[in-house]
Amino acid sequence: MNDQNLYERYHRQIILPEFGEEGQEKLLAAKVLVIGAGGLGCPALQYLVAAGIGTIGIVDDDVVALNNLHRQVLYSVNDIGLSKAERAADILQKLNPGIKIISYQERLVNQNSLVLFEEYDIIIDGTDNFSTRYMINDACVLLNKPLVYGAISQFEGQVSLFRNKNEDDVNYRDIFPDPPKDGEVLNCAEAGVLGVLPGIIGTMMANETIKLIAGIGEALVNQLFTYNALNNQVYTLNLTARKETRSLIPKDEKEFLRTDYIWLCASPIQQAEIDIDIFNSMIAKGNVDVIDVRELHEVPTVNEFDHIRIPLAQLSDNTSKIKAENVIAFCQSGKRSLQATKILSGIFGAGKKVYSLRGGIVEWKKQKQTV
Amino acid sequence: MSVKVILFGKLAEIAGSSVSVAKAADTDGLIQALHKDYPALTSAKYVIAVDKQIINGNTELNKNSTVALLPPFSGG
Repeated sequence: MNDQNLYERYHRQIILPEFGEEGQEKLLAAKVLVIGAGGLGCPALQYLVAAGIGTIGIVDDDVVALNNLHRQVLYSVNDIGLSKAERAADILQKLNPGIKIISYQERLVNQNSLVLFEEYDIIIDGTDNFSTRYMINDACVLLNKPLVYGAISQFEGQVSLFRNKNEDDVNYRDIFPDPPKDGEVLNCAEAGVLGVLPGIIGTMMANETIKLIAGIGEALVNQLFTYNALNNQVYTLNLTARKETRSLIPKDEKEFLRTDYIWLCASPIQQAEIDIDIFNSMIAKGNVDVIDVRELHEVPTVNEFDHIRIPLAQLSDNTSKIKAENVIAFCQSGKRSLQATKILSGIFGAGKKVYSLRGGIVEWKKQKQTV
Repeated sequence: MSVKVILFGKLAEIAGSSVSVAKAADTDGLIQALHKDYPALTSAKYVIAVDKQIINGNTELNKNSTVALLPPFSGG
């Protein structure tokens, strides 16, 4: 650390005997990826940038909204409508011009997560939905990347560090093995959140990250820290890795790329939706009755594959026409066919598997034209 | 013999942040009793910890046991 300016900037933490110049050098050499520049991401980012993490990536595809400002204190009213990732990177670069900040204005999905995570040493999960959280967890387990986890609801928060180094290191699925279905747990928009809470939890996430990189203190490994902002109660649970967990996580990158995390978190009725590729392959395989639930006069007409025409309103009286074990309903856009799956599942129960073509025949015809 | 149960998140809105359950020899019995008293818990998703250790499967309880029910949070 020859640069006098650097020494001056980080002086107050360098003089800590446990931390020292060595700790600062480790921070400056580290690469941290923060996913979500929202309630948790903003405070975590501010402290990581200030502390001198050498390279920081920020992933967020969202834009700043007025109802974000009570907790996402990095932004101001002038930022409303602008990309969170880009605004955060701009604002934070002014706080510390000596480090590298990279913004990714994109949604984290299976494909880009593996590529991105490879570039970084530590991943920080500040996202706001279960499908992304499970995807991040599984990707970190596969790539052996340490994951700093934090989540909030109303007045309460959870923090943990999943080291993903040894076989017996706990990950998120050791606590909550399967994603909850849509509607089983409320999100922030539905449940509300006290603005200061993500400030506390996000700052704790930054602290865990800094300790891990500098190699000081005790990490929240194999522990889940919970905090209640209303009564200041702290409750820390001890975690142990479960044998079954590994079977829930994709075994390799190929399987990971195929996993549909949005589907895993969808309600059973949404699960009945299939895309065009699956639709085509199911028809090719056979043992399936395809039902057009549109009115008889509706166009486009379909002569590319065998099907039965039963308009939605008459469906429940005509189920005797349906013989095959698998049933796929389609309509114009995919809405009525989804209703049809509800009706048919109610009648057939576990006797038949009932699906709905997502996007309807309009999308199907469109894709056929482009092929 | 009564067992202390602490509830987190939305579960606390259903049953309160702390309840005492009389006569619960194990976690299965305890959960059954809670579901009877608070039917809304039946459809809730949570993990069970006994004395701060998350458990899988039925676990014996003693009179000093504290059980925690913890829901997943998604907010960020």
